[in-house]
Amino acid sequence: MTALAPAVTVAPSRRLSPLTAVANTFTLTWRSLLKLRTNPEDIFGLVLTPVMYLLLFTYLFGGAISGNVHNYLQFELPGILVLAVIFSTLGTGQALSEDIRTGVFDRFRSLPIARSAPLAGAVLGDVTRYALSVAITLAFGMLLGFRIQASPLAAAAACLLVLGFALSMCWLSALLGLISGSARGVQWIGSLIYFPLTFGSNVLVPTDKLPGWLQAFVKGNPLTFLTEAERGLLVGGPVTAAVIRTLLWSLGLFLVFAPLAVQVYRRRT
Amino acid sequence: MGDMNGQTPATGNDGIAIEVRGLVKRFGKTTALDGVDLTARTGTVLGLLGPNGAGKTTVVRSLATLIRADAGTATVLGYDVQRDAHPVRQLVGLTGQYASVDELLSGFNNLVMIGRLLGISRGEAKARAAELLERFDLAEAARRPAKTYSGGMRRRLDLAASLVGRPRVLFLDEPTTGLDPRSRNELWSIVRGLTADGVTVLLTTQYLEEADQLCHDITVIDKGQVIATGTPDELKAKVSGQVLAVTPADPGRIPQIEDILTQRHRLAPATSPDSGAVTVAVPDSALVPALIRELDDAGIVIEELALRKPSLDEVFLALTGNRAPEPEGIPQ
Repeated sequence: MTALAPAVTVAPSRRLSPLTAVANTFTLTWRSLLKLRTNPEDIFGLVLTPVMYLLLFTYLFGGAISGNVHNYLQFELPGILVLAVIFSTLGTGQALSEDIRTGVFDRFRSLPIARSAPLAGAVLGDVTRYALSVAITLAFGMLLGFRIQASPLAAAAACLLVLGFALSMCWLSALLGLISGSARGVQWIGSLIYFPLTFGSNVLVPTDKLPGWLQAFVKGNPLTFLTEAERGLLVGGPVTAAVIRTLLWSLGLFLVFAPLAVQVYRRRT
Repeated sequence: MGDMNGQTPATGNDGIAIEVRGLVKRFGKTTALDGVDLTARTGTVLGLLGPNGAGKTTVVRSLATLIRADAGTATVLGYDVQRDAHPVRQLVGLTGQYASVDELLSGFNNLVMIGRLLGISRGEAKARAAELLERFDLAEAARRPAKTYSGGMRRRLDLAASLVGRPRVLFLDEPTTGLDPRSRNELWSIVRGLTADGVTVLLTTQYLEEADQLCHDITVIDKGQVIATGTPDELKAKVSGQVLAVTPADPGRIPQIEDILTQRHRLAPATSPDSGAVTVAVPDSALVPALIRELDDAGIVIEELALRKPSLDEVFLALTGNRAPEPEGIPQ
């Protein structure tokens, strides 16, 4: 029994050091990654979703939009990259809502750890998921015949840019996870926002083929800028304007949704 | 427990581990806690008893720094739970009503994670996790995801998780709800062992037997207010007199017995359909011989007759059932 009881009685510390906050965040990042390793269905979802998108859209739209599958793949792959990563950000909110529902968050909040650590740890862990999603989309796309036509440096920049954007978007997802009571709720509300946002862009279809009113929406959609930047960085073309706009949008989304999510998180119960 | 008191500034005054005064908590228009007072002595189990919705969980959540009260004070080992939340979190462990373990992680990793969050080194955290899993009979399931655990196993893992940091004060919110008798007994023996080592336990429960078995002191709350405090024996004594249980040989005579008790003596009998016994609280034991004579005169053959102190169940019923109704209207 002695093993369970307090061994030494040291006076507790008054404040939490910043170093502890960093250590707490890394511990919870480790937790998030551990789930990826121990849950096969999670890996399957992460791997198979981009594969499905590529197979489906390439052969469904290839002939109709670009005349042949190869040309369409060159056009569409940067878009699929965006699609796959954006949708995987929904997982962040779902995991958070599960933690709240099951009481795991209450346990964290009763521990002497940094208040921000559970949120920051979850987000950091998810960036790894997004990176995996990017890698799989690129690898499978290349298997189907996609060719990177820009420099390796530009391609690396493309990967970083889409990851950076996802890192901002995941705060919206986190906010949804904190305000909706269940993973299913996140899925629902998330889909209502994400579907028009992703498909109502130039991800799959060139903007000039769309009716005028839709063009107006597509041209203002941040995912259109992101996709344009990805196309430029992976297959060539003008990039500067698109990259700058994407970075500004990333920053803007982060500045709006990260503080909101943190606010809701702090106020919760 | 006694010798620990002098060693550390973290121990509350006069061996008091938890002190709550006038705690008020409102959720919108509902007043969940309406001025709750309670005191837990160091190294004892304080039972917080009450029906569903009485405010038990709200008290625990305030003490565990999960919610902020609207008024009143609460201290744990001398630290104010609102002003000094960080020190309080280093001293307490919490096991909630629902097992708050990460279902996707293994039992082992759940405990290692808590250890690492508490600033224990990796090696130590692993050793501590293995030790606790062994102690709670979970060693075999250590590497399986917690979602594959049975209810009892999950509850044990949850308790183990709250003990990783060797807390000085432990909050157990309905720890045995839904557990089978064997798991419940195991949990009871763990709680007894902890208090023997000087840990203070605040336990909420709806089971009076549990409170009777485990608690040194009991605070009964209802509708956010304390309605009784005392040791289990004191509470039983509060319901005056004794309980008479009469089992007639012929169950068909039960209505007649009830009539005699209510009509002639203005008592409030209750009949258990399982045992066929009519139980009634008797304010004055001098009344008992007269009652039995009357039943005999009525020709009722009594198979079993018992006179005993009231059980906590009966105390509870008397305390919560006989209360004056709340004044209508919502506090502004």
